[in-house]
Amino acid sequence: MERRSFLKHTGATSAFIGLGGLGLSACSGSGPKHLTILHTNDVHSHIDPFPEDHSAFPRKGGIARRAALIEEIRRENPNTLLFDAGDIFQGTPYFNFYGGELEFKLMSMMRYDAATIGNHDFDNGLEGFLAQLPHAGFPFLSANYDFKDTILDGLVEPYKLFQLDGLKVGVFGLGIMLKGIVNDALYGETRYLGPIEMAQEMSDILKKEKQCHLVVCLSHLGYEYDRGELPSDLDLAAATRGIDLIIGGHTHTFLDRPVVRKNKDQQDVLVNQAGCYGVNMGRIDFYFDKTGIRADGATINI
Amino acid sequence: MSLKIQHFVIFVTIVVCLSCRQEQQTVTSITGKELLIHEDLPASDSIEAFVKPYREHLNSVLDSALAYAPRTITRTDGELNSSEGNLMADIVMQETNPIVIARTGREIDFVMLNHGGIRSLISEGDVTARTAYEVMPFENTIVILGMKGKAVRDLVEYLVKSGEPHPISGLQVRIGKDRKLRSFQVQGMPFDENKMYFVATSDYLAKGGDYMDFFKSRDTLINTGYYLRNAMIDHFKKVDTLRASVDDRYIRID
Repeated sequence: MERRSFLKHTGATSAFIGLGGLGLSACSGSGPKHLTILHTNDVHSHIDPFPEDHSAFPRKGGIARRAALIEEIRRENPNTLLFDAGDIFQGTPYFNFYGGELEFKLMSMMRYDAATIGNHDFDNGLEGFLAQLPHAGFPFLSANYDFKDTILDGLVEPYKLFQLDGLKVGVFGLGIMLKGIVNDALYGETRYLGPIEMAQEMSDILKKEKQCHLVVCLSHLGYEYDRGELPSDLDLAAATRGIDLIIGGHTHTFLDRPVVRKNKDQQDVLVNQAGCYGVNMGRIDFYFDKTGIRADGATINI
Repeated sequence: MSLKIQHFVIFVTIVVCLSCRQEQQTVTSITGKELLIHEDLPASDSIEAFVKPYREHLNSVLDSALAYAPRTITRTDGELNSSEGNLMADIVMQETNPIVIARTGREIDFVMLNHGGIRSLISEGDVTARTAYEVMPFENTIVILGMKGKAVRDLVEYLVKSGEPHPISGLQVRIGKDRKLRSFQVQGMPFDENKMYFVATSDYLAKGGDYMDFFKSRDTLINTGYYLRNAMIDHFKKVDTLRASVDDRYIRID
């Protein structure tokens, strides 16, 4: 009886078919799955390519070229996620003139999926960041900046789940300690929480509770430190369990290729960083199968 | 009715969840690489078109003349002090003093910056905001440090020992032929070991950048939040003609 009236309800029926279809396409892909992750960091308002006579990066970078390359990769593999690991702001007159509006608008046009917050993203204060947020068509993620007592309360989430082709990807953000590198007045009542502890908490939620196939950390902690007074991405990789990929920033580190480290459970973690100023873009491809091979048995070709 | 829709939603949710839960996906292989954004890559037309009006506006403002330099100003025209170094340190003194007085009731006693921090010369001709970006591409702010006694003496010793014409203002330094310190004064007055001096520098140097460790031995630190570059631009707007020369603030005597 209940079922009959249920089917009579045409609106609900079409909704059922629609959702059923979605369910099928989202979950029943039978062949091996392929996920591409693209990432930038420390772009620092570099929109135009570097000039011919630049000492370090002549003719390199440029957002229009990056956008075209991203589109090409998306055409090859629609299961592509695009992230930024912070310090979007500050570095060219574009920021001084437009306060980050153009950076956010362009990143939205390129369909960035998420970003974390770098220390320079506080350069116009919390007010300056808030003023530009409406231009960002993507979420900012931070698990260790507590904005509860600030005007950003409720506007920054610790993590986000992405569902592509039946794959569940959990992404969370981490930021560097602000005291000492950012003027106190600019970050106000933002509370900095221990990044390693928060990372483990996030990883546990995403992997165990949310059953993610992949856990990605967007980190603005920095790649590695000599003196070790602040936790780096390499420290983070070694001190946690459950994270598959750490996308880094802050130290403007140019790597030849991503590095592989062992986590607390002796499983592989990938750590990558794409230099700075949009000169490089990182690309990581994950291939999945239902063969039941343990995740740590994956072959890593880098 | 609404109850039925609720049931239906729950049912669909369960179906979707069950079908998802069956996926035992595991990673079988991973590849990773860095993609260089180079000049042979095609550019997105839509992005180009979107940026264009912003770029044109920015360039028109950046390239409009704020002042005129009758002669090229460079950091390499003097042995112990340079025209450009003097200009930079004097700009910091002049443009920051009103802020410091308003906040503390005290004036800056002297300024010290680093020679290496001047990234470009100022060519003869029109001086623009772009000039300021070329000379000072870094996002450095001006900070005021309360320093006394040994820290100030270490600062002067460092300056002498470095052999570089680090930009100074408000400080008069004399060295001998042997390149040893003979005397130094602050604002024309003899150095007072016990006086607390207000020293303006960049936030970068205040953290000990360029091995200026003496800046870490300070009693107070006030970050003005005022960018060095903005001080330059504000100064360019105030003057018609930008003049700077090598002078006698730091010299060798016989």
